[in-house]
Amino acid sequence: MLLSTTSALGVWAFVERNFRAARRYWGWEIAWLTYSVVNVLAVTYIAPGARELTGTPLADVGLLTIYLLIGTLVWAFLHEVFDMTAFMVSWERWEGTIEYTFMAPIRLATMLFGSSIFSVVYAGIRALVVLGLASLFFDLDLTGANFVTAAIFLAVGSIGFLGFGIVAATLPLMYVERGPQMTIIVSATLLLVSGIYYPISVLPGWLQAISWISPARYVLEGIRAGILDGLPVTELWGTLGPLALISAAAVPLGVWIFSLAAKYAKKTGRLKRSG
Amino acid sequence: MTDETHREVPLMLKNLTKRFGGGLSLPFLKKRSVPEATLAVDGVDLTIERGQIYGIVGSNGCGKSTLVRIVATLLLPDGGEAKVFGRDVVHEAHLVKRLISRVSVEPSFFKKLSPMENLIFTAQTYGMRRSAATAKILEILDRLSIDGKRARRPLEQMSRGMQQKVAIARAFMTSPILLLLDEPTTGLDPGSKIDVQRFVNEVRDTHDATVLLMSHDMDETASLCDSVAIMSEGKLVAKGSLASVLDQAGNGRPAPNLETAFLRLTGHQIADEERVEQR
Repeated sequence: MLLSTTSALGVWAFVERNFRAARRYWGWEIAWLTYSVVNVLAVTYIAPGARELTGTPLADVGLLTIYLLIGTLVWAFLHEVFDMTAFMVSWERWEGTIEYTFMAPIRLATMLFGSSIFSVVYAGIRALVVLGLASLFFDLDLTGANFVTAAIFLAVGSIGFLGFGIVAATLPLMYVERGPQMTIIVSATLLLVSGIYYPISVLPGWLQAISWISPARYVLEGIRAGILDGLPVTELWGTLGPLALISAAAVPLGVWIFSLAAKYAKKTGRLKRSG
Repeated sequence: MTDETHREVPLMLKNLTKRFGGGLSLPFLKKRSVPEATLAVDGVDLTIERGQIYGIVGSNGCGKSTLVRIVATLLLPDGGEAKVFGRDVVHEAHLVKRLISRVSVEPSFFKKLSPMENLIFTAQTYGMRRSAATAKILEILDRLSIDGKRARRPLEQMSRGMQQKVAIARAFMTSPILLLLDEPTTGLDPGSKIDVQRFVNEVRDTHDATVLLMSHDMDETASLCDSVAIMSEGKLVAKGSLASVLDQAGNGRPAPNLETAFLRLTGHQIADEERVEQR
């Protein structure tokens, strides 16, 4: 059996508790949802606005609209997966429960797995709501789009982002105050290098080099190829391969790094709430 | 639990040491950039027998909480060993976690959630199913004078004393056989204090649990504990039965109470502090 009953209950404990807690902070939920929708709209409106800005006719405003919409929506999802996973330690610290969570007779992987499942489901729900609301504002022509390709890239990419989130979660574990700040820098770097709003080719060479390790790069390439060009996943092995490789490595690597960070925190007394 | 485990000692500390700070001393670093190490636990030896309530008293910052955190697998010691029912807290932490529970001075919960939601979370991390956990939670909360209706309202609406009772319920819910209480009644009103003390005695008597109580409340320690130790600057300066500790604090004339014993055994520091304050 993949998971023992005890582990399954442990995983479920984190999923359930985090959803209940998120529900109680409904005011923040509405605020962030509004921000996400507005952000998606604000960026996507650059497409019709580009013609006015440059004074020259754009070949395909519709294509640019979908290009930007995919970028903002996928980033909204992946960023949320990353953030919620990276935030798990800060959240526990903030509520003051981190020592009790570490005292529970569960493996670190159980805790990380539970928090990660919550992150993906939570981010998925948020992204769907944002998609639903944002699509009301644009006349999108999705004829010929291959949604299966998009779904596969999103699923594989989520795993990679979970791994990155777990690695980022070690920062608040090791650095009580500065850790959450460092997490934001990691997230911002991924935003810059992953080609969310523009092709990666416009970036300086050294930033393009960093983009090779970002799962978001491959997710966006794959989804855009599926939605804009209608390509099936079988024609995208060159993009899916590296993404699958990064995702497969990211989670075990993340759990391993997290376990080292936990040991460091126990050695230096950084599990204590106040640090 | 195996019979073999039952035969073992609930808690055995041997030359346990923990220091904080210090850092790496590298030649290219200026001396002032290397923080000085603080010895929080200094060669502590202690054995607690099954069924005992063992109290350790000491002033703030003397190392009591550090000691509890090591036993609770939250801190790695720098030297010596700590064993819970024969299980090493470092190398067999996963086994130790099943045997212990801890209540700290701060009730630590997701405050937007209710006691029931918080306690069900804990129960599930211990492998308990929701139905069994719910019944047990209601029973324990009732014994701590928290009714079922109250148990379903957010914790943030409860007083600190009530929250602390929920923390105590969390500790008992997992049926620990070694209970670590780190100043559990600090900040509680007299009635709640009595509720908690009664419950600690009840659990020891009915559940065969052993209790390690950290406190700076001398009266509480003297009334609850079978054995006591006095901790100062990371060291246990006296330990044994209450009578024995009172004896150790006098030169042939036992101290009349634990507070006097504490003052006598750690008095030079207190006198120094007083002198500093008088300046």
